[in-house]
Amino acid sequence: MFKEKGPDVTFSQPVEEADGLKTQEMIINMGPQHPSTHGVLRVELTLDGEIVTRAVPHIGYLHRCFEKHCEAMNEYPKVIPYVDRMDYVAAMNNEHGFAIAMEQLMEIELNDRVEHIRVIMAELQRIASHLLAVGTFGLDIGAFTPFLYCFSEREKILDIFEKASGARLLYNYIWIGGLMNDVPDDFKTDVSSFVKTFRPKIKELNDLLSNNKIFLVRTANVGVLPEKVAINYGISGPSLRGSGVKWDLRRDDPYSIYDRFEFDVVVGKGEVGTLGDCWDRYIVRVREMEESLKIIEQALESMPDEGDVHESIPKKIRPPAGEIYSRTETPRGELGYYVISDKSTSPYRVKARAPSFVNLSVLPAISVGAMIADMVAIIGSIDIVLGEVDR
Amino acid sequence: MERISKETLLEKIKNEFDDKVIEVLDDGSYPLVLLKKEAIHSFCLYLKDKLNFIYLNDIFGTDRFTSEERFEVVYHLLSLRHRLRLFVKVRIEENDTELPTVTDIWKSANWNEREVYDMFGITFKGHPDLRRIFMPEDFEYYPLRKEFPLLGIPGSLELPNTTPEHD
Repeated sequence: MFKEKGPDVTFSQPVEEADGLKTQEMIINMGPQHPSTHGVLRVELTLDGEIVTRAVPHIGYLHRCFEKHCEAMNEYPKVIPYVDRMDYVAAMNNEHGFAIAMEQLMEIELNDRVEHIRVIMAELQRIASHLLAVGTFGLDIGAFTPFLYCFSEREKILDIFEKASGARLLYNYIWIGGLMNDVPDDFKTDVSSFVKTFRPKIKELNDLLSNNKIFLVRTANVGVLPEKVAINYGISGPSLRGSGVKWDLRRDDPYSIYDRFEFDVVVGKGEVGTLGDCWDRYIVRVREMEESLKIIEQALESMPDEGDVHESIPKKIRPPAGEIYSRTETPRGELGYYVISDKSTSPYRVKARAPSFVNLSVLPAISVGAMIADMVAIIGSIDIVLGEVDR
Repeated sequence: MERISKETLLEKIKNEFDDKVIEVLDDGSYPLVLLKKEAIHSFCLYLKDKLNFIYLNDIFGTDRFTSEERFEVVYHLLSLRHRLRLFVKVRIEENDTELPTVTDIWKSANWNEREVYDMFGITFKGHPDLRRIFMPEDFEYYPLRKEFPLLGIPGSLELPNTTPEHD
């Protein structure tokens, strides 16, 4: 097998302590098969006793060169199932981003019904993804019950998706210029009954987990990511907002029809500890779910009943030569697609700017000085999906 | 500091780097500056210090598959204050694939430059830790170059035996 050439790591010489005991730095591998890395991530930890003095993430275990595959597709729509598999817990948001990029390149106008369905789907997916992030974050730290509460709610969202697209995880539902098919007749009642039942559940989650004494001890003042460091490392999404930066593409650089809806951008305030700690990043996700509910309610109200979801889908997708960049706010941050077209039916180059990849790169900076048990909390709070990190 | 518009930004860039800027494209949604290779570091430093582009979003490469100026490296910058995006593009020759690193300006350049190196073989002078990021360290090829076949090169990746020896 391959020997991976790591950075030059040498064991330090045993140090003679005052009381005659010898100490030595130790290197351990966290992962690649570790339940709290949420995938195959290996972190090489250098430890001084229980304190982490250095953390080097090694990635690439899931690398399948998505960008190379895109170049080999003979039609643009065939790329969409591949983008599903990047961030596989938020596939709807990935499709949305790619569809927007292609529509900008081909100058396709959509009708209001398509836009509304897309926004509702994207926000439902955001809630589902945040539920998974919050639930497994609690699970990593040792709180098992909230995880089950979160998953039973997520299940209801997946049921809505299944009714519309036939799939529960990887949908291929949002197409270039429209949708795979129209939503079922009872879509509106399904979604509004979900919204109604989900609101009290957030309060329940806050009582169970957010304000839990043990949870607070494990997450407050842990893995502090100051605002300046976050910006310097290019962090985006809830992790950036957890550090107090009010930056949300849905509000600051609106795409689709997000400029029509009223919602707040949630930022961390350092309520229980330092600004930018694990708890701040966690609570931003919980509160964002409420904001998503607000958007869904408004979208349900203004969604027109008439409109063909297939009307703008082009027969042959052959965009003009050119380059386009489009960005969307996914549950993990800014997902951008840079598409270069050479006037053929397949892309010349697709570059995905994956938020998890960039967010993970901050790990060495914020984990130095943490206890080894806190590494689990720090990795969980950044909320990475390895399918997107490795692409 | 006042928010500046896209037009002012491009004008400032043209005034400051008149002889280094080859072309400015502003027909799409975001402006793109095509820059001479040797100016990239000082240009980035100027953008960060003077024009508040404190956020480096992305760096990526493209293989144009031409005999001259084969590779392109695109720097994607964002100014949170001005709410402006700027794409900076440099083109480099196939036999001289070296660029100065910008990791000393933005930390986010670290992994992105490693990805460009891994996929295209473009090296960054002064990078603190230029290792392959996705592929194994002893992999000899650069997968996103156009001449690399989709199915890979047989034998280039050592795979474990599929049949157990004691079978």
